[in-house]
Amino acid sequence: MSTSVLFDAPGPRTIRRHRIYTVVSVLVLLALLGLAFWKLWAENQLEYDKWEPFVTPRYISALLVDGVLTTLSMAGAAIFGAVVLGLGLGLGKLSDHRPIRWVCFLLVEFFRAVPVLLLMVLIFYTWGITRDASGAYWSVVGALVLYNGAVLAEIFRAGMNAVPKGQSEAAYTLGMRKTQVVWIVQLPQGVKIMVPVIISQCVVALKDTSLGYAVASPGLTQVGRGIYQQFQNQVPTIIVIALLYIAMNTVLTMVATWIQRKYVGETNPIELTRAGNMDGGQNTGGAL
Amino acid sequence: MDAVLENSDAVLKAFGYTGLLFVISGVASLLLGTVLAALRVGPIAVLRRAVAIYVTLIRNTPLLVVLLFFRIAGPKVGLRFDFIDVVIAGYSFNNIFTACLVGLTVYTSTFVCEAIRSGINAVPLGQAEAARAIGLTFNGTMSQVILPQAFRASLPPLTSVQIALLKNTTVAGAVGVFEAFARMRSLTNDYTTQAFMIFVVFALIFVVLVELLSAASYAVERRWRAAR
Repeated sequence: MSTSVLFDAPGPRTIRRHRIYTVVSVLVLLALLGLAFWKLWAENQLEYDKWEPFVTPRYISALLVDGVLTTLSMAGAAIFGAVVLGLGLGLGKLSDHRPIRWVCFLLVEFFRAVPVLLLMVLIFYTWGITRDASGAYWSVVGALVLYNGAVLAEIFRAGMNAVPKGQSEAAYTLGMRKTQVVWIVQLPQGVKIMVPVIISQCVVALKDTSLGYAVASPGLTQVGRGIYQQFQNQVPTIIVIALLYIAMNTVLTMVATWIQRKYVGETNPIELTRAGNMDGGQNTGGAL
Repeated sequence: MDAVLENSDAVLKAFGYTGLLFVISGVASLLLGTVLAALRVGPIAVLRRAVAIYVTLIRNTPLLVVLLFFRIAGPKVGLRFDFIDVVIAGYSFNNIFTACLVGLTVYTSTFVCEAIRSGINAVPLGQAEAARAIGLTFNGTMSQVILPQAFRASLPPLTSVQIALLKNTTVAGAVGVFEAFARMRSLTNDYTTQAFMIFVVFALIFVVLVELLSAASYAVERRWRAAR
């Protein structure tokens, strides 16, 4: 780490000192891991009975089909809707007409600031409650569309603004109309930097599908609840569910990072931190 | 609207819980996140790697699953918060509240860690080299040149993380704390015909709180902006 702003390249004595620290920290980390496993073992959480559902084909298929697939389809539907809504609101915020700009601005600010759970419960109680499982499913999707749409609106706006101004000026000079400039010149060039950010937003949407727990919608968390209520194996179930979410999100993040490296570069010009979601520092690159 | 006005005491108390969850886990997550960030950018490679893995694992787990872990899985392995059970000014701080507090802190601190790290990464290497070149010591370089810039650069992402935390406190309502979201759900349940107005009132309170946080952060940022 000779390139850190925080410290110089270590000399021979510091290297020796660091070696001692390394040994100590490895021991501490191993002790922590050991403690966790010992605790699991001592409280009988490592018994075969507790883990049996996760090697039983019936439950594995429930986890993968009713859990992972449903969660992915909810997240997919939510992001699809959010892209459409976000595109509308984002273009609206760039409109030449003041009323349209203001309405879109207010909608974006409102849906970005309201917790998703509140939206979800509103949609569920006013619309979804009479429609069984599909009502809960679409309540979750609807709430996620509104929230992520507002976030994506900011992304679309920022992505369009990141296209050099000369591009649109040149297009106007050629006699194109505003619509043509947006759809033929600005959007196609902005898409390149928007796509990795949109995929990162998919991670947020995917994690938020778990909030469907509050309205008993289908999905991975719901399947998990069924399993631990039946087998009283809370610890293994939560671990398995968490690992499945982590696996899905890691794949998405890897795809986003790969596309960004290939088409954009190390840092993305779209500043997401103001978009009001938990993305602080996510686009600064540098994985493990 | 009537539903909210008739129950204004309960609604206020619910937002009291929301505020308590936000303030306590906000401060705790800033402290824990700073420690994590220090390890994450420190000179010990093993710790850097370990914290990176830990942060990636927690960040990719939904908050609800983290909270469920502390609420229902933790007690099975001796991770209980029963030792906390006090009532202060009508607010009860029990094991459920504490479990949610711990879950929110654990989850948010990983985002704080990344926000601080991105702030440190934003300081150009030349700044440290120049500070050394004019003869500043390690402490001088850190306290006069690097950390002030790093802190200013991490302010926007830190604000974003804290705003997200404010909204995320509602998830605690889904696992047993009677804060704003849980209160709204029970009101909606009791007054089904007024569901929309109840939502509008609760949502607008959240919008005001978020805008206040955001405005405060902008003001601080403008004051402290580094001249570059």
